[in-house]
Amino acid sequence: MQDTITIADQYEEDFQNLGSTLPEWSSEFRKEAMLAFKQIGLPVHRKGNEKWKYTSARPIAEPQYSLAKFEEIDLDTIKRTSPWHDSWLNVVFVNGQYQGTFSENNSPTIQVSNIAANDLARDVVDSVGGIVDYSDDGFAAWNSAFMSDGSIITVPDGDNSGTVINLIFFNQGVPETVNHPRVLVKTGRNSNVSVIENYVGGGEHRTLTNSVSEIYVGESSTVNHYRLMSETDHTYDVGYGRVKIATDGRFNSRAFFRGCGIGRYDLNVLVDGENASCDLQGLYFTSGNQHMDNFINIDHSRPHCQSNLFYKGILDGNSRAVFGGTVLVRKEAQKTDSIQSDKNLILSPNAEVDSKPALFIYADDVKCAHGATAGNIDADTVFYMRSRGVDLEAASRLIIYGFAGEVIDKVEIEELRSYLEEAFLTSLPSHRFEF
Amino acid sequence: MADQKVISRQTGVEDSQYKWGFELDIESEVAPKGLNEDIVRFISAKKKEPEWLLEWRLKAFQHWTSQGDEAAPKWAQVNFDEIDFQDIIYYAAPKSSDDAPKSLDEVDPELIEAFDKLGIPLEEQKKLSGVAVDAVLDSVSVATTYQDMLKEAGVIFCPISEAVQKYPDLVQKYLGSVVPYSDNFYATLNSAVFSDGSFCYVPPGVRCPIELMTYFRINEADSGQFERTLIVADEGSYVSYLEGCTAPMRKSHQLHAAVVELVALKDAEIKYSTLQNWYPGDKNGEGGVFNFVTKRGAARGENSKISWTQVETGSAITWKYPSVILQGDNSVGEFYSVALVNNYQQADTGTKMIHVGKNTKSTIIAKGISAGKAENTYRGQVSILPGADNARNFTQCDSLLIGDECGAHTVPYIEVRNPTAQMGHEATTSKVNDDQLFYLQQRGIDLEESNYMIINGFCRGIFKELPFEFAMEASQLLRVSLEGTVG
Repeated sequence: MQDTITIADQYEEDFQNLGSTLPEWSSEFRKEAMLAFKQIGLPVHRKGNEKWKYTSARPIAEPQYSLAKFEEIDLDTIKRTSPWHDSWLNVVFVNGQYQGTFSENNSPTIQVSNIAANDLARDVVDSVGGIVDYSDDGFAAWNSAFMSDGSIITVPDGDNSGTVINLIFFNQGVPETVNHPRVLVKTGRNSNVSVIENYVGGGEHRTLTNSVSEIYVGESSTVNHYRLMSETDHTYDVGYGRVKIATDGRFNSRAFFRGCGIGRYDLNVLVDGENASCDLQGLYFTSGNQHMDNFINIDHSRPHCQSNLFYKGILDGNSRAVFGGTVLVRKEAQKTDSIQSDKNLILSPNAEVDSKPALFIYADDVKCAHGATAGNIDADTVFYMRSRGVDLEAASRLIIYGFAGEVIDKVEIEELRSYLEEAFLTSLPSHRFEF
Repeated sequence: MADQKVISRQTGVEDSQYKWGFELDIESEVAPKGLNEDIVRFISAKKKEPEWLLEWRLKAFQHWTSQGDEAAPKWAQVNFDEIDFQDIIYYAAPKSSDDAPKSLDEVDPELIEAFDKLGIPLEEQKKLSGVAVDAVLDSVSVATTYQDMLKEAGVIFCPISEAVQKYPDLVQKYLGSVVPYSDNFYATLNSAVFSDGSFCYVPPGVRCPIELMTYFRINEADSGQFERTLIVADEGSYVSYLEGCTAPMRKSHQLHAAVVELVALKDAEIKYSTLQNWYPGDKNGEGGVFNFVTKRGAARGENSKISWTQVETGSAITWKYPSVILQGDNSVGEFYSVALVNNYQQADTGTKMIHVGKNTKSTIIAKGISAGKAENTYRGQVSILPGADNARNFTQCDSLLIGDECGAHTVPYIEVRNPTAQMGHEATTSKVNDDQLFYLQQRGIDLEESNYMIINGFCRGIFKELPFEFAMEASQLLRVSLEGTVG
């Protein structure tokens, strides 16, 4: 068992206080989670812990956080930090708390409710926590114990409108606070929906965002999931995503990391129906002293499924990026076709990348491949461009631009794509390179 | 070797398959079961070791005891019942070795016969392969051939226990310099109780005239084998070293925890080939050798090169990561591996390439084949440290699955801390191609032979790295190990 650090008494007190404001159904759920949280603690010891091999959770776990409270803010401030379009269903959380006045819920079919609402349907309530296994993950247990506000999205059968739901989790950066955002997406058959999870904000002081998202992709449905992380260097962000795809379902994930002190995205996709597929792509750009850990797992348990895992990183400054990808093909998952790849561009002599793309295969009739690369900007390519009259700086920027563009181009929502292009491409380093 | 071909699928391959499974009828001298400080002192005294070595052993033993059994590595993808380290014999030696043979003529003829049976020629006149052999039976080196030729070239090749007596300075300088006694659980155990092994020193500028070989065999029941090999290639020298191993068939598991250290100085090259054929256990997974080995080479000098080639077909459990620390500028590390598991075998094997010096290069080619209910894991680490400007690595690991009850896993660890590094990793997993099988069968080649041909082709790139004689043997071994996996 992992060593633990003592769970502060304050957490117990906050837990008790929180209870009175929440709907009854959640009390048992939260109690169990709190018990687990107290038992397993946070994964601060890395020896022999392959899940946290390259990231130390100690700096995240050591401070004692109080629960973040809402402080006055106007919508324009939030809008300036986030992708926003009036045709989307925009739902705003500030410091983990649902802001009804900033949010719209005007879709005729799709239901977006707050998890703390009292009138949730029984089957929705039963799905909460259904695919989260916090038995060996203290962060997910912590979130579950303190689950208060959060978004529940239910898409009915046959809703093919391709609605975009934009969830903004704005962190005001109140010192030493934690917020626990929670998302549940459940889609019916033959539906199509896009969900943006956007974690922004932070300030000059230490804060922690500890989120959990659960996504059920219904039969023959498609869920396009976008996850954006752009917070200040003083924030810690631990994200935990669990996805279950039913027969013929499709899950497309695009994760973009642009900032935060220590970030971790733990995504686990269970490909649980025949002919289901997932396409998980990510782009991380780290600079300064940032640390980003992508821990992406795909679990194939049914035959005739496909998966594509494709992450790219650009590393600058003293930053560090970690990629842990695992594709598990169970015995029943014959005819699986799986590709996994992690490519890194290292721009600074002080940056470090640790990549662990693993394959665990128990079925024989499968096609699985993985690859990983790491290196600097290719000197030959730069030479070619310079020989065509492009100066060194422009040439390097073009190459980085092209490298990042490969993932950004896959974003199907036009407004979001232009937002990302702007956000990423303007923040790329402009220093000169030696060849 | 031609007789192997007639082993047919119908004859119930389970036991006939492992033709090295006989027991040698040789009287031996054994230490009592269990491990304590007295045993360590006993082994050291038996070897008439100098004080510094005994101290080193005791330090290792203390370290091993203080960290407790929990320190045994658990991250590998292998399952086995906990080993009772007090239920193992830590020293077993053929009795005749007590009055050590001065030359081959004095070696117990029964022993020579035994090694002949194993296909290892100890008699020089046979000159079959022109390989100098150091034969290690249980824990003790019993014979080393071609001493004269080696002496002429100035190459030292002898049991490590003998080297401790004759060349104490060399041994003291290099022993534990690549794998320190505190390195890992099994290496620490080995440091405390290692009984024998081979020592090789190639002086500056010398190209070792013949291939060197150590042949290991566990014979005594319930005994562990803890040998320690140390190879030092001085400036500008070259040596090719082979290692082979077998064990009798026994119901119980036997522990083999060896340590191999290689040191290549400036411009030196070491080529280390292993044909690992310890007893893999029967088809129900009973018995077999636990092969927990630490192998590491230090490419210390500029332009030095260390190359590991391994063909792993035996052992119930393999836990082994031959590594190279590329310290010298422009040094080169290579790792070529074929790991085949069948029935209930488990292998977690791979390599580590640690790039320290500038312009260092490493290549990893690993082929894994799983059949029956076996589990095969490639686990490899490539680290490029901040000072390793222009380091290059290429890794390719391919896995082949035969049957739907086995597993093939790939776990690479890539750590890059220098922007000028270039590293690429590729891996694929698939089964034997149906179209290729169909084509071969349509040409009149039966299913089993077709299967063998395809798999042999899959491994060809590795076999060609082996010395010729060894490559033939590897190919045969592959055939025998694949018996009964199809049809």
